[in-house]
Amino acid sequence: MSTTTDTAIDATARARDLLGVTRLTNQALTTWLHGLPGVDQVGCEARAAALGTRSIKTTSKKWAIDLAISMIDLTTLEGADTPGRVRGLAAKALVPDPSDLSTPRPAAVCVYGDMVETAKKALGPDSGVKVAAVATAFPSGRASMAVKLADTRDAVKAGADEIDMVIDRGAFLSGDYLTVFNQIAEVKKACGDARLKVIMETGELVTYDNVRRASWLSMLAGGDFIKTSTGKIQPAATLPVTLIMLEAVRDWRVLTGEMVGVKPAGGIKTSKDAIKFLVTVSEVAGDDWLDNHWFRFGASSLLNDLLLQRQRMTTGAYSGANYIADDSPSTAY
Amino acid sequence: MSRVDVKKTYKLYIGGKFPRSESGRSYEVYAAPSGRSRSAAPKFLANAALGSRKDARDAVTAARAAQPGWASATAYNRGQVLYRVAEVMESRRPQLVQEVRDAEGLTPAAAESVVSQAIDRWVWYAGWSDKYVQVLGGLNPVAGPYFNISASEPTGVVAVLAPQESSLLGLVSVIAPVIVSGNAVVVVTSAERPLPAITLSECLATSDVPGGVVNIITGKAAEIAPWLASHRDVNAIDLAGAAGADGVDWGALEEASADNIKRVLRPAGDGADAVEPDWTQTPDLSRLTAFLETKTVWHPKGR
Repeated sequence: MSTTTDTAIDATARARDLLGVTRLTNQALTTWLHGLPGVDQVGCEARAAALGTRSIKTTSKKWAIDLAISMIDLTTLEGADTPGRVRGLAAKALVPDPSDLSTPRPAAVCVYGDMVETAKKALGPDSGVKVAAVATAFPSGRASMAVKLADTRDAVKAGADEIDMVIDRGAFLSGDYLTVFNQIAEVKKACGDARLKVIMETGELVTYDNVRRASWLSMLAGGDFIKTSTGKIQPAATLPVTLIMLEAVRDWRVLTGEMVGVKPAGGIKTSKDAIKFLVTVSEVAGDDWLDNHWFRFGASSLLNDLLLQRQRMTTGAYSGANYIADDSPSTAY
Repeated sequence: MSRVDVKKTYKLYIGGKFPRSESGRSYEVYAAPSGRSRSAAPKFLANAALGSRKDARDAVTAARAAQPGWASATAYNRGQVLYRVAEVMESRRPQLVQEVRDAEGLTPAAAESVVSQAIDRWVWYAGWSDKYVQVLGGLNPVAGPYFNISASEPTGVVAVLAPQESSLLGLVSVIAPVIVSGNAVVVVTSAERPLPAITLSECLATSDVPGGVVNIITGKAAEIAPWLASHRDVNAIDLAGAAGADGVDWGALEEASADNIKRVLRPAGDGADAVEPDWTQTPDLSRLTAFLETKTVWHPKGR
């Protein structure tokens, strides 16, 4: 853990070192990525299913619920987002459960770039809740590099602590790994001090092998986080996909000594689901990742279910939606 | 070669589906002693799912999801759907008669009569669907140039402890008045006589009642009822089935219901005693009105 760092490094130079080449070419990247061991699809899914059957009860469950709440990137990414809605989301992040002020705050509020200023202002300087912004022509990523970089700089300038970028899936799927690498590395430079989450949109990557390759490529290019999905495409964050990504960050740490975060996003709606993910984090990557600096949930409705479960454990009675503050969250995430 | 019997698995009815209990438990259901068999060992009927608090929680979630849609259906449509339930019950008459006979130890003629009354009771309540608002609501005289209109609306999600003795007529008499107005219901059946309730759920599942409007959990009221009484997403509770249920203290249930100001329909009887009413009596509207809210609207009248 002591060797971990988020500081920017020359991604291309490091990639040359790791790949053992003097010039980073698409062919070198292809050879390296396709040299990664293939994913055993059946084995991976069976393991994910098995990890999902763990029984987490009473005090462990209480701990897991609070941890999961603290890992949420509370998200609204709708065309219909208004400043009022973003402020509502920020208010919910500051006081998730007005009936129980001991409830932890989520890690961040995740919005579109133009809402960063609003979110930042609503959260205040010392709430501990970060502001994450999606950038680089989210969610499709179909724009010129100049636009993507401008998008990123805009959000960073507005005060975003974290940038969620999307990779160019078209380039990735057509085998143009160098383009994907260069785009991530350039966006990383544009981020400055902001942490970079790289969205791979696993629902469009077709195979688990591609998920593994995209994970390694994103880490190689300097991503601080690898993230499953935009939440706009189904399937989004599945347990097997997250498992493969957790294996990748674990192996990356062995190779380089650096830790990279993981963020499943989209489709995680219940406390039960969230706890399955936490079990998988602990079993696959290790307990070092059980911290909101290294693991996040991209979600909106998940928080409400966690709060219901938390109230149930505190009061001893099942709770209902009437007892949860309504921030009318986006359902797409 | 003799044929192997295909035995029926009796399951719960939650959200329009027939799941086993989340707990994986089941219990044995025996026929009530009757006639000549009174001295013999009780006849084994079936294994029923032994519902748990988590089944109840799932049922409340399903009911909550289904309730707005059911309430927003037109009164006429709700009446038609409920009438359809009576039609399907009629088509399953022999099965219902046999189950009521077994459950309550009745003669064939008495069981026939009970099933007829149950179907008639269902039709009676179905008929009220587009009438009760006119009977209960109205135009209120107010001191100003306004129309002041009161109209009934459903309470929301209602938990019902079904009668322990009357396995079909009593059951219909507590479910129909709740759902006719647009409530969704979570029913805990009679512990010893659950089979007619499961057959009723099969009638509901095949008669256009949206999944989740009626949810039926077989099992012990003493185990499940406290969780429903304290559940903050349940808006009302009918304690009819507290009468004769093992280990159920309806006073404690009413106390737990106070936490979110649930409407409580107490069981019949005086003081702490709960007795099961005579379900063969022609009902009044009290079970229907117990789960209604009144919305009052002011509208300028002009001249």
